[in-house]
Amino acid sequence: MDCRQGKLRLQKWYVPLSDKEKKKITRELVQTVLARKPKMCSFLEWRDLKIVYKRYASLYFCCAIEDQDNELITLEIIHRYVELLDKYFGSVCELDIIFNFEKAYFILDEFLLGGEAQETSKKNVLKAIEQADLLQEVRPALTGKAVIIIINILAYFHFIFLHK
Amino acid sequence: MPAVSKGDGMRGLAVFISDIRNCKSKEAEVKRINKELANIRSKFKGDKALDGYSKKKYVCKLLFIFLLGHDIDFGHMEAVNLLSSNKYTEKQIGYLFISVLVNSNSELIRLINNAIKNDLASRNPTFMNLALHCIANVGSREMAEAFASDIPRILVAGDTMDSVKQSAALCLLRLNRTSPDLVPMGEWTARVVHLLNDQHLGVVTAATSLITTLAQKSPDDFKTSVSLAVARLSRIVTSASIDLQDYTYYFVAAPWLSVKLLRLLQCYPPPEDASLRSRLTECLETILNKAQEPPKSKKVQHSNAKNAVLFEAIALIIHHDSEPNLLVRACNQLGQFLQHRETNLRYLALESMCTLASSEFSHEAVKTHIETVISALKTERDVSVRQRAVDLLYAMCDRSNSKQIVAEMLSYLETADYSIREEIVLKVAILAEKYAVDYTWYVDTILNLIRIAGDYVSEEVWYRVIQIVINRDDVQGYAAKTVFEALQAPACHENLVKVGGYILGEFGNLIAGDPRSSPLVQFNLLHSKFHLCSVPTRALLLSAYIKFINLFPEVKGTIQDVLRSDSQLRNADVELQQRAVEYLRLSCIASTDILATVLEEMPPFPERESSILAKLKKKKGSSKLPDMDDSRKNVNGNTEHAEDAEVASKTPQFLLEELISTDRPHPSSSATMLPTRTMVPSHTFTDNLNVNSAPSSGASLLVDVFSDFSSAAPTESSDEHFPRFVCKNNGVIYENQLLQIGLKSEYRQNLGRMYVFYGNKTSTQFQSFSTSVSSNDVLCSQLNVQEKPVDPLIEAGAQVQQILNIECVSDFSDTPVLNIQFRYGGTLQNIAVKLPVMLNKFFQPTEMMSQDFFQRWKQLGAPQQEVQKIFKAKNQMDTDVTKAKVNSEALGQCEHLGPSVTDLSYSINMQSDFSFMILLLLWCFYESSQLTSLCSVAFTPPALRFRCSSVGRCGS
Repeated sequence: MDCRQGKLRLQKWYVPLSDKEKKKITRELVQTVLARKPKMCSFLEWRDLKIVYKRYASLYFCCAIEDQDNELITLEIIHRYVELLDKYFGSVCELDIIFNFEKAYFILDEFLLGGEAQETSKKNVLKAIEQADLLQEVRPALTGKAVIIIINILAYFHFIFLHK
Repeated sequence: MPAVSKGDGMRGLAVFISDIRNCKSKEAEVKRINKELANIRSKFKGDKALDGYSKKKYVCKLLFIFLLGHDIDFGHMEAVNLLSSNKYTEKQIGYLFISVLVNSNSELIRLINNAIKNDLASRNPTFMNLALHCIANVGSREMAEAFASDIPRILVAGDTMDSVKQSAALCLLRLNRTSPDLVPMGEWTARVVHLLNDQHLGVVTAATSLITTLAQKSPDDFKTSVSLAVARLSRIVTSASIDLQDYTYYFVAAPWLSVKLLRLLQCYPPPEDASLRSRLTECLETILNKAQEPPKSKKVQHSNAKNAVLFEAIALIIHHDSEPNLLVRACNQLGQFLQHRETNLRYLALESMCTLASSEFSHEAVKTHIETVISALKTERDVSVRQRAVDLLYAMCDRSNSKQIVAEMLSYLETADYSIREEIVLKVAILAEKYAVDYTWYVDTILNLIRIAGDYVSEEVWYRVIQIVINRDDVQGYAAKTVFEALQAPACHENLVKVGGYILGEFGNLIAGDPRSSPLVQFNLLHSKFHLCSVPTRALLLSAYIKFINLFPEVKGTIQDVLRSDSQLRNADVELQQRAVEYLRLSCIASTDILATVLEEMPPFPERESSILAKLKKKKGSSKLPDMDDSRKNVNGNTEHAEDAEVASKTPQFLLEELISTDRPHPSSSATMLPTRTMVPSHTFTDNLNVNSAPSSGASLLVDVFSDFSSAAPTESSDEHFPRFVCKNNGVIYENQLLQIGLKSEYRQNLGRMYVFYGNKTSTQFQSFSTSVSSNDVLCSQLNVQEKPVDPLIEAGAQVQQILNIECVSDFSDTPVLNIQFRYGGTLQNIAVKLPVMLNKFFQPTEMMSQDFFQRWKQLGAPQQEVQKIFKAKNQMDTDVTKAKVNSEALGQCEHLGPSVTDLSYSINMQSDFSFMILLLLWCFYESSQLTSLCSVAFTPPALRFRCSSVGRCGS
């Protein structure tokens, strides 16, 4: 796999699947979504599911939902998650997610659980994360953010699997 | 947000991540990872005890490596150790590792569960949340077993923090999905439903998801949630946008909660309570109204959230399918979206309209948008939107617009994406068949399909067109003409050659009168395609050729030459070779009569569900597709009515005959069919055309065809048609390749007259034709049969008549046999036919009051005077049908005794010259939900016993 293309930044599964299956599915999905042109609609049928995706700068956010689920609200779930990341990291960029992947997971867990929105209030989610951050012990030493290395980013992918 | 809170700065992790990102190649990356893995392994194994921070850092590195796509087979124990740390971040990383890398190691699960148990009991909300998140993320059975009973308690406890309640609700939802049997809600149900009233909207949101999932499984237990959900929804939709503070999303009040509440309501039918129902209708109207208001923000998030609620409301309206007003409004709203500049909205509008099209209230409203949908098909740039447009056209199609829709789909097909062509082909084929008033249009459409998208026309499609042409004689001539013309094209698709070969082989004679399509022209046209075709098509063409030999004796020589050529007789393909050899031999040996019989026109195919529809269903999954049969029922009752009318217009006798002779051989397995079948013994295409006759009998008939006729044939006897005559007096009693025997009979009191018609089916005369009726000794004294002389010569194709006079002397149980002898081409033929003269032919109905009936019934108490038979009824008993049936048995006038349809009694009474009596009682009842009929017959003469079995059969 070309490291510039279709790298997974985060994945979350709400259905039990084997690692092999997960790899196969992500590979297929990356191809499908990459092939989409701008201005195409954000929904597509894929196997028995519907894929809802949206591109933010270099990242694609994808959710797989079931036939009965509401596409537009899923699109806004993605947006709300991006807003949460943005607020937390302060103008989020891909590198924040790479270097603080565990935080991205924690925020996701506060927002979505079991594939369903748990707390849709932005304030409440962030309050929960902040509280947790305050519980941290003082770090041994060192600066705020991790070292930032800038490289040319083409298409990096970021997957969330939302599945009921 | 203070910068301090960002990350907890595991410097080693950051360095490692940058190292990986600096790797120039995959190999370098793998090398760096392996180095790190070795380092971590040695640290974990080292003697020096690691502190919490280092453990956390290494576990986090392992997690990162795993997320890059590498396998991790150690570190689980260290992660579990982190769970019991007092430090929040260490615990958090431990849980994350466990959530991402679940391992079914039972020892580990026990340790993990232990840690979770401690955290759940800790009363520290942050720790409790971590534990609940972990359970929800893993959701394994072991965890369900361990915690399913604790979590509902946490959920409904009064002192639980809101955020913990939210996690508990969704955690329970996850466990319910994975192991529903382990999550009994019984005692908690009422309190869980009550969460819909919670002050905290986050709790309500989480609880609504949980209740929806539970209500889908056991709707009755959660019925009370409907009124609460409606009340909650009503408060949300009427609130000013700022009322809900942070739950307002881009000026839309609690869109997630609204969508979830509307989803929950879709688990139930419309509320029965009038006030509740009107409140819900108000909510839905408000949502529809709001969609019309000018947007409060230009942001796409605003319109998305608003429309998400709108679409869910429309889904509920469609689900209820009871408010025509709302349905039509919904349809109009969607109609506006069809031309919206947002692709997403166009897509969703097309999708929603598909379901609206199946409601009888909105079908017409949907149809008004046909032009927009057609233009979407032509102009949309996104294939998934075009696909939705095709689906919608398919769903909105009915008799009134079928021609337009099919034409548009056909023209779209020329440029359609390859990925959806096959589906469009199936849809066009189904619509063309379903709405064909005039079958010439159907034939044109299918041929166009093959022309435009031949490669995507599956076998089912061309099988189907042949089935239809064969079953409908009004279209056969047109079909022959059309395929002939289509085959003129210099390059035509192989599927067209198949259809053309089959149809010309059957019906080429219908257009042979025109010199432009004379037999030879037809043959040359077909044969010009032969060499370009695959083996199965060539095999089919060979069959068409042999059929030509039968249809057009004038081209026999030409075709024989073709069959005789080396490329056929010595073809490498065994199937082709076999056909060439057999057909050639057949055409040389068999007389024209035999050829005519062997190569007779195909009999009609049994009517069955279109194989195409089945294929489309399979392809799409039945849920995805508005089921044509179901949805049409509401919308275009006329289709079904037309079929009903057809049934109704059949004469009662015809119906009766159908009902009684259900065991009659099916056309596809009748004797005339077999020789044709034999000619194509192993090829699948005939099998797929639903010809199911047994090959073994086919083989034996092949022997008959080729056996020589010089020796005397053994006596053939046949009582195949006999059972039909139990309730019938006229019809064909016997038929073989040479002779057909028809009967016409009438009976009055104890006398009968039977007209026997002998038809010569061959082109040679029958000589020394003679007949005799034989009865066994006992029967001779009971039944007199006197035969009038018959002409000893029957000319080719002619029919002669013979009269038999019959007199019933006393009750009898045997049947006379008619023996026929004649010479055909020097061969002596012997045929014996059982004559359908039965006791019931001499029955006469007698009317009787029910009182009398039962009195007489009681008198006939002796065991040998009563027969009872219980059998499974095939149909609900219908008074009129049964009456007609029993009357045709000549058993008597019926008198309705029972009060209900399922408990009918008939009294039938018969008197003949010998004045004995038959009483018959027939009623229907249900036995373990299976319709059953009981037939009791009481009679005077014991000889009647044998008849009861056939009475029983009639009753069924």
